[in-house]
Amino acid sequence: MLSGFPGLLTATVFLPAAGALAILLLVRGDRNIRVFAVLVAVADLALSLLVFIGFDRAAAVAVGGERFQLIDQFPWIPGDTLKATYFLGVDGLSAPLVALTGLLGLCAVFVSWHINVRVREYFVWLLLLQSAVMGVFASLDLLLFFLFWELELVPMYMLIAIWGTGRKEYSAMKFLIFTILGSAFMLVGIVAVFLTPGVGTFDMTLLSTSGTMLAGAGVLLPMGVLFWLFLIAFAIKLPTWPLHTWLPDAHTDAPTAASVMLAGVLLKMGGYGILRINVGMFPDQTKEFAWALVALGVVSVLYGAVVTLRQTDLKRLIAYSSVSHMGLVMLGVGSVGISQGELTSAGLNGAALQLFTHGTITGLLFVAVGLVYEKAHTRFIPDLGGLAGRMPVVAVAFLIAGLASLGLPGLSGFVAELLVFLGAFQAYPIATGLAVLGIILAAGYILWMIERSFFGAPRDRFVDITDASLVEAIPLAVLVISIVGVGVYPSVLTDVFEIGLDPMVAMFNEGG
Amino acid sequence: MVGELAVWGIFLLPLASFVIIAVVIRPFLNRFSLLSGLLLIGALAVALWLSIDTLASVVRGHEMDFGSRTWLQAGGATIEIGLLVDPLTAIMLVVVTSVSLLVQIYSLGYMNGDPGFSRYYAYMALFTASMLGVVLASNVIQLYAFWELVGVSSYLLIGFWHERPAAAAAAKKAFIVTRIGDVGFLIAILYLFFQADKFAAQGLNAFHIPDIWQAAQPVALGGLGILAGTGLTWFSLGIFAGAAGKSGQFPLHTWLPDAMEGPTPVSALIHAATMVAAGVFLVARFYPVFQVSAQAMTVVALIGAFTALMAATMGLVMNDIKRVMAYSTISQLGYMMAALGMGLYGAAIFHLFTHAAFKALLFLGAGSVNHTTGTFNMRYMGGLRRQMPYTYWLVVIGGLSLVGIVPLAGFWSKDEILLGAWNGNVLLEPWVGRAVVAGLLAGVALTGFYTLRMIFMTFHGEYRGGIGQEMEDAGQPAVPAHAGQTGNAPRPDSGDTHLHESPWVMVAPMLALGIGAVLAGFLANPQWFDLAGIPKHWITEFLIHGMESNLLVGVLHFGTLDFNPWMALASTAIALAGVGVAYLLYGIRSLPGRDPLERAGPVHRLLTQKYYLDALYEGVAVRRIFYRAFAGSVDWLERNLVDGAVDLLGWVFRNFGPLVLSRLQTGQVQTYGAVVALGGLAIFLGFLLR
Repeated sequence: MLSGFPGLLTATVFLPAAGALAILLLVRGDRNIRVFAVLVAVADLALSLLVFIGFDRAAAVAVGGERFQLIDQFPWIPGDTLKATYFLGVDGLSAPLVALTGLLGLCAVFVSWHINVRVREYFVWLLLLQSAVMGVFASLDLLLFFLFWELELVPMYMLIAIWGTGRKEYSAMKFLIFTILGSAFMLVGIVAVFLTPGVGTFDMTLLSTSGTMLAGAGVLLPMGVLFWLFLIAFAIKLPTWPLHTWLPDAHTDAPTAASVMLAGVLLKMGGYGILRINVGMFPDQTKEFAWALVALGVVSVLYGAVVTLRQTDLKRLIAYSSVSHMGLVMLGVGSVGISQGELTSAGLNGAALQLFTHGTITGLLFVAVGLVYEKAHTRFIPDLGGLAGRMPVVAVAFLIAGLASLGLPGLSGFVAELLVFLGAFQAYPIATGLAVLGIILAAGYILWMIERSFFGAPRDRFVDITDASLVEAIPLAVLVISIVGVGVYPSVLTDVFEIGLDPMVAMFNEGG
Repeated sequence: MVGELAVWGIFLLPLASFVIIAVVIRPFLNRFSLLSGLLLIGALAVALWLSIDTLASVVRGHEMDFGSRTWLQAGGATIEIGLLVDPLTAIMLVVVTSVSLLVQIYSLGYMNGDPGFSRYYAYMALFTASMLGVVLASNVIQLYAFWELVGVSSYLLIGFWHERPAAAAAAKKAFIVTRIGDVGFLIAILYLFFQADKFAAQGLNAFHIPDIWQAAQPVALGGLGILAGTGLTWFSLGIFAGAAGKSGQFPLHTWLPDAMEGPTPVSALIHAATMVAAGVFLVARFYPVFQVSAQAMTVVALIGAFTALMAATMGLVMNDIKRVMAYSTISQLGYMMAALGMGLYGAAIFHLFTHAAFKALLFLGAGSVNHTTGTFNMRYMGGLRRQMPYTYWLVVIGGLSLVGIVPLAGFWSKDEILLGAWNGNVLLEPWVGRAVVAGLLAGVALTGFYTLRMIFMTFHGEYRGGIGQEMEDAGQPAVPAHAGQTGNAPRPDSGDTHLHESPWVMVAPMLALGIGAVLAGFLANPQWFDLAGIPKHWITEFLIHGMESNLLVGVLHFGTLDFNPWMALASTAIALAGVGVAYLLYGIRSLPGRDPLERAGPVHRLLTQKYYLDALYEGVAVRRIFYRAFAGSVDWLERNLVDGAVDLLGWVFRNFGPLVLSRLQTGQVQTYGAVVALGGLAIFLGFLLR
């Protein structure tokens, strides 16, 4: 269909960056900058949806078909030594995540409407961030992947450190140091993979389609070590217990849009990396260390949920709930550990879907919390209460997001959770049974949070609070629609993820 | 013959009403909020008609297998959705749509003037659709999905007046407590997928409910035995955990009395007639699996009987009319569970059927009383039979039906349960049957007492002042703070002197339920002969036959039970004993300042404190042990150890870094070269020694 459409993916990835450049150089006036940023974000959402729709499923599953599509490739660092290429393309795994980035990018621009400090700079960083994240999802060259991975750090650091609240410098630095620490591990891993005798390429399609390529090659570093080098980098980003402590600080102190992007797409880079690189390139090691993934996943789910219960700051609460929910991604990936006969990909599919659904759900939660903070001037839960009567639109959106977060059927979170549990239970019934207890804790912290902030007698000091305006309601509506849509008809995503994951599952089953 | 679309329509009509109210009427036409009520009533009238049509079709024995559609196919899991229309479904459809329809009509009057009128009907529509979804589901994941949606609509409706802290807290409690049970349900589903390969080898889908029935048939009887032994028992207990949560069975019953914070019509529909019956329905749905495991059946029977008795004891002392009803509901659900555990599949659903009628009636009666007095506290009622004759007589009918007085509906269904339990079940240990009979019979006496106590306190004696007096006694201004907000608080000028019967829009639905509470038992299940074209033992025969036809192997059940006059006499005598005591204590004279039961001292206190279970669960287990001690410690670890380690590391580098690292940065190229060379040597040696 559109698979022969050169440049579409490049345009999707770089349009926000180009928009940032234009804002920097051409657009004058705060209002114009906002409007222009919205236009760029809308256009990029349209392009990213085009990527999603244009991904030709029939061609992808055909024998010898094009697993990766919309490819843009040309030499980048020529010569025999590095052979790095500019290589973009999507498969069933990355296409939905590109669309997710477009969706949340638009929401992030809308929630930034009231930013009035250093407006130009702000939107430049925000749009640059979007390009970087899309680049991560679309890269098929390891070096390019790493470049985008690092590129994303700068705008996020700036957004938190300049437009944040509270201990913003500390939180921004913490975010930066944690991620760079992970990047260091990843870089060693990338170099070691490249230098492994018989490899000599950064081409991720080659490295992951022929799973035996790495396994059959000579050894520079043991495969297990390589696996962990990558895993640590991604586990920090996901984040997984005990490497998660940067997240609550970063979330709490970031401006709303940065929180939305952070929870919505940045964390997903970690999960995507695990699926694309750890699972895709190291299937044997994934199987070998699946128990560790499951253990980390279960601990994250339960530990995250218990700590969430204790939080009194709305944003911090949601941040910790993300730790819990991202634990499900680990659990889903770990489900490949033991298989009875033919391995099924329910767990992997659940993990991939969880990336998407958590992105929209938590994005919506942060958008709504941003509105609460903007109007009530506090996120401290004991000071809130009775807001439902004052801001019904925000309350309804928040309620829907909360219910989705606790896994209510009909909303998107349920399907991802269910698939993760189904897959993981086959391999590790007891550990999964423990993780299932997380749904009680989730109901506890979500409903308690809603009760304390939105229900109860209306407070006098919130008498003047207004509900969401039209501009503010747009991101709420967009995300609610996507949450309900995926919840009612999840096949729209799972079918695509399945296409992306099937080659990986096939490797497991071949490798025995 | 009913088409597939018509059956889907039963579910889709209320669902569409929900969407229209939520997306169109509430945001844009809220001035015409009456529209939402009328829309839902219209939709439910059609749905009721379709349900009756479906029932008729099932009665005539039409094939109702419509096949399934794939909803989600991912990673080897194929999740289908479809309709499962059997006698159980058909009866439940009629119960849900008819009670819901009557309650919606009643609500037109009860909720009149409430600012949340449209929101109320949106939630009600969502609830009705979800409940019908549970009833119709042919796939266990489909069932689970609607099961959770039922839970969330209950959450929304209990917390409908969310400005009241008690309502918001009760809503949360209901959701969380039922979810504890749902963990069991979910794990049971996961276990099915664990066995999916074995199902697939037989051409079955592990999530398709009739396939699960097949899989559970024991090998000894020529079945497949895919689910068997310990696995089957645990599967059944997982399902039962979910059912116990929804149906308020001990130890998960504590949410139901609190749920009375919701509007009263909600209690009538959800917390009496339908949602709480969903647990009984769920066990009945998987009855072919349960009946293979004697252990599972024993657990169901004993928990049911224990709940029936325990809840009734708490109902004795409550002063809040709705809480009396709530404990009564828990108790009656215990009868149904006990019946299922004893293998009385038909009798359990028969009782569900009659209970739906008389309990909904009683709740609507409580709402009617509240509508004029403004309170639910029976200590401030009394004497209302003069002003509210219709309500009075209807509540009396409903109450006597609940007590089990011949020939009202409750008599026939309860008697069938008692008789079946008395006869025992060959699968179970004999003591189980005896314990169940003892518990249920004791429950009958208590039922007689609390029901009549409620009627005497509310309708007999002298009027004791309603909400005005209650506020005054509580030291608050005579006009309730939220007057008008709830739609049922009295106008300031009404109160004591203007007690009145409720409007017709409220009385008429009660009248319809009253007819049901009188006739539903005898007409649905004639005991001695065919009656007006209805065959003898119609409903139980219908149900049991319907289940049998779904199984390859014979079901281990007792068929129908012939009427036993001795059991009827015994149970009636026991019930009348309870009634008599209530008359002596509350009927002869008007309520004195002190409740006569308070003379029981510590026992009375134990009962009013609900056996201290709420205090144990919430105060000790959740708040102190879990939240403060456990979660507090984890949180401390998080802040000081996990996150602290990071800060410590930063501190170390910042303070000691200069001491060590900066000394290394000498700037002398020779030193650097030497270090690099040594490092290279080390790596080289490492390779050599490998």
